[in-house]
Amino acid sequence: MKTVKNIVLVLMVAFVGIQFIPTKRNQSDTVPVTDFMLVNKVPNNIKSMLQVSCYDCHSNNTNYPWYNKMQPIAWFLEGHINEGKAELNFSEWDSLSNRRKLSKLRSIIKQIESDKMPLEFYISIHKDAEFSEEEKITIIQWMTQLRDSL
Amino acid sequence: MKNLKVTTGILAIAIALVTLTVMSCKDTKKEHSNEDSLHTEMSADENHSAMNHDNSNGHHDNENKEMTMNADQDGNSELILKDYFNLKNALVADDNSKAKELGGKLAKSLVNLDVSKYTDAQKSELNEIIEDAVEHAEHISESPMAHQREHFKILSKDVTDMVTITGTANTLYEQFCPMYDKGSAWLSMSEEVRNPYYGSKMLKCGKVQKEIN
Repeated sequence: MKTVKNIVLVLMVAFVGIQFIPTKRNQSDTVPVTDFMLVNKVPNNIKSMLQVSCYDCHSNNTNYPWYNKMQPIAWFLEGHINEGKAELNFSEWDSLSNRRKLSKLRSIIKQIESDKMPLEFYISIHKDAEFSEEEKITIIQWMTQLRDSL
Repeated sequence: MKNLKVTTGILAIAIALVTLTVMSCKDTKKEHSNEDSLHTEMSADENHSAMNHDNSNGHHDNENKEMTMNADQDGNSELILKDYFNLKNALVADDNSKAKELGGKLAKSLVNLDVSKYTDAQKSELNEIIEDAVEHAEHISESPMAHQREHFKILSKDVTDMVTITGTANTLYEQFCPMYDKGSAWLSMSEEVRNPYYGSKMLKCGKVQKEIN
């Protein structure tokens, strides 16, 4: 009983301790001119889908719920966001060449089509990020249109 | 009595925790003090190495450049083609791990392409092609078979466009499978069709749609 108490105490202290280690937040006040929403004519319904389901990990601005500011979740999230942005960053969309935009749009379509994106774990903490079948069709259609127009 | 003590303890810790969280939130919003920035560096390093562990998805262009320059390979487009064909053959053979390895190899030879002898317009086009192709090759180097094939499709387009600029000493055949992903092309050294998108499932599906050289 005493050892259990001690272990719990140590864990508690460790948990408190790691809160002091700050992580770099993925947040910015300005929307760069290269942003996907600014360079493309994006209808409002698509806009909000992208914002809710994609922009947290694929743009320079993450909308953090409170629990994501706590360690160790914040660390875990930071790694994820860095990875997501390296793969696709909507904030820097227009800095890509046409060839790369086409490539990215293909991947976006494929990932949504095959339910690989948004990530399952993300949906589990973000119910509203999940696309309904209807939304999937809408966004894929729109992305395909954009791809064919490039 | 003992219970009360434990509860009070937990309560105290909980309060401390909330306070600290709020404090640390404020801290990160402010400019970091020296100590803080030290921590930030540390945690950034940690994350970096953690990322390297579970995905060698290689956003390390500089590293690659250095490595290939040291290896003193010539930045020849023929080398890229050779690696591309080896990769294609691995996909034809349904060999996922070989394709991974060869995807990584191709990524390196792509980065290494020497564009200096081309015109400015060609240079910028080649650079765009390489940038795109490298990403696909890197994805191939870390993905399961189905995903490798998806990327191979766009990679094939990139390599074909590259050949249009660089030319090649050999005769190549652009082959086409109408079934895979609404129709997909690839390059081959031999006229005989061996389908990299289906492998053994539909080895001979496809036709030669164009002869290059």
